[in-house]
Amino acid sequence: MKITQELVERKVGLLIVLTFLTVLVGGAIEIIPLFWQKSTTTPIEGLKPYDAVRLVGRDIYIREGCYNCHSQMIRPFRAETERYGHYSVGGESVYDHPFQWGSKRTGPDLARVGGRYSDTWHMVHLNNPRDVVPESNMPAYPHLMTTKAAATVGSDVDAKMVALRRVGVPYSDEDIAGAKEAIGDKTEMDVLVAYLQGLGTLLPNTAAATAAPAPAAPAAQ
Amino acid sequence: MLTSVASIIVTIVVLGSILGCGFILWNQSRVKLPKGKVETTGHEWDGLEEYNNPLPKWWMWLFWITVVFALAYVFLYPGLGNNKGLLDWSSTGQWQKEVNKADEQYGPLFAKYAQTPIADLAQDPQAVEVGKRLYLTYCYQCHGSDARGAKGFPNLTDNDWLYGGSPETILQTITAGRNGMMPPHAHLGAEAIKDLANYVRSLSGLANDSLAAAKGRELFASSGCAGCHGADAKGNQAIGAPNLTDNVWLYGSSEKTITETIVNGRQNMMPAFADRLNEGKLKLLSAYVYSLSQKPAAK
Repeated sequence: MKITQELVERKVGLLIVLTFLTVLVGGAIEIIPLFWQKSTTTPIEGLKPYDAVRLVGRDIYIREGCYNCHSQMIRPFRAETERYGHYSVGGESVYDHPFQWGSKRTGPDLARVGGRYSDTWHMVHLNNPRDVVPESNMPAYPHLMTTKAAATVGSDVDAKMVALRRVGVPYSDEDIAGAKEAIGDKTEMDVLVAYLQGLGTLLPNTAAATAAPAPAAPAAQ
Repeated sequence: MLTSVASIIVTIVVLGSILGCGFILWNQSRVKLPKGKVETTGHEWDGLEEYNNPLPKWWMWLFWITVVFALAYVFLYPGLGNNKGLLDWSSTGQWQKEVNKADEQYGPLFAKYAQTPIADLAQDPQAVEVGKRLYLTYCYQCHGSDARGAKGFPNLTDNDWLYGGSPETILQTITAGRNGMMPPHAHLGAEAIKDLANYVRSLSGLANDSLAAAKGRELFASSGCAGCHGADAKGNQAIGAPNLTDNVWLYGSSEKTITETIVNGRQNMMPAFADRLNEGKLKLLSAYVYSLSQKPAAK
């Protein structure tokens, strides 16, 4: 059978297959090599999987759609590293499934928000952002204060951890067994703040330290 | 870095794709049609036929330009597996250049500010303006863009200080942060706490139940309050215990709020900025904060 223009135009199935193959080449050479790239597959030094509390906090982050307005990706531009700290590296999010890099910033980037504010600030701010930042247009999340995490995102935390372990997050059996206990009667607010306070604390923020950037992947080749 | 096998595969696929495009272009422009006579493609759709003209020359040239551009690009920039490209470009390298340039330009300025006493900087309008910009990047989230604070976050303009308002203390607060902690006193019992709350209100001349306040006065000394806030309740800046007599309130002055403070205690912290800002910037920020309460009109 000779593939002619006429044949491709008449057989829609064939057109779809050929279009798919053409697009596949571009996608394949952009995506597949990353599976063998050290800087995207090796965790940076000191990186640990989210513990149960932070893991369900992250689920709140996703459920409430925080990523719609907040990115977690500090690009290597001076204006960003001055404001937010060390630029983000791939090895920081190897345990994120899916990662929360995002691409839209109605609010500020949160990749290194950990330790930047007090726990109290986060609670006041999430309860009603206008209480601390009158200019803020962020929505208020007062319901987080009154909902127990164990009743919502925490109810199947052990199953989530098992699933994450299947895709390569090194949780131990003890981690999974103790997950529900760790969440206890914490509110959704507590677990979300725990998640935020742990974000991006591993790389140095100093102006002096960023002048000599940490290698993206310590184990590179 | 890719493994070497992946790197070779990527190189082959990238070059293969570009050269493949080139081959298709060459192959398709080989067919020369006789001038003046144009055939149709031979198929017909509802009476419409399609001429089988070659692509216009300029269009083919655009395709050829993209091929040349792609080849030049993958050799100059990192595009062939682990090959770094002739320009040795990287996103972090570009960032480093940007930072070095800024350091060269602003470094001496910050070094000069780092050498200047904070009190002098507070008199220098330019330094204060720079400090204000820094404030509006790093501090306003808690202390407010007008620096008047919020519930639980100190007002910086009122010349009332938890840890002291000297330039050096402000610098220390910003550099190392502060941990404020009042322990909970629920064990005192509801009645005692009510008396204490009334006494605390009476210290600032606020409406109170004088009988309860009188009992609270005794409790203030015997329940450990005086240990931090002082026997005269004027506070202790060494440990950040607030002055309770000046009618300046971090959390609020209502009996309800004061009761809440006594029952649950209060915990708050100011983060340290030593690992975020260089010395010049820390001093500029201190100078700005210091200048806020030095203005004669500040009210």
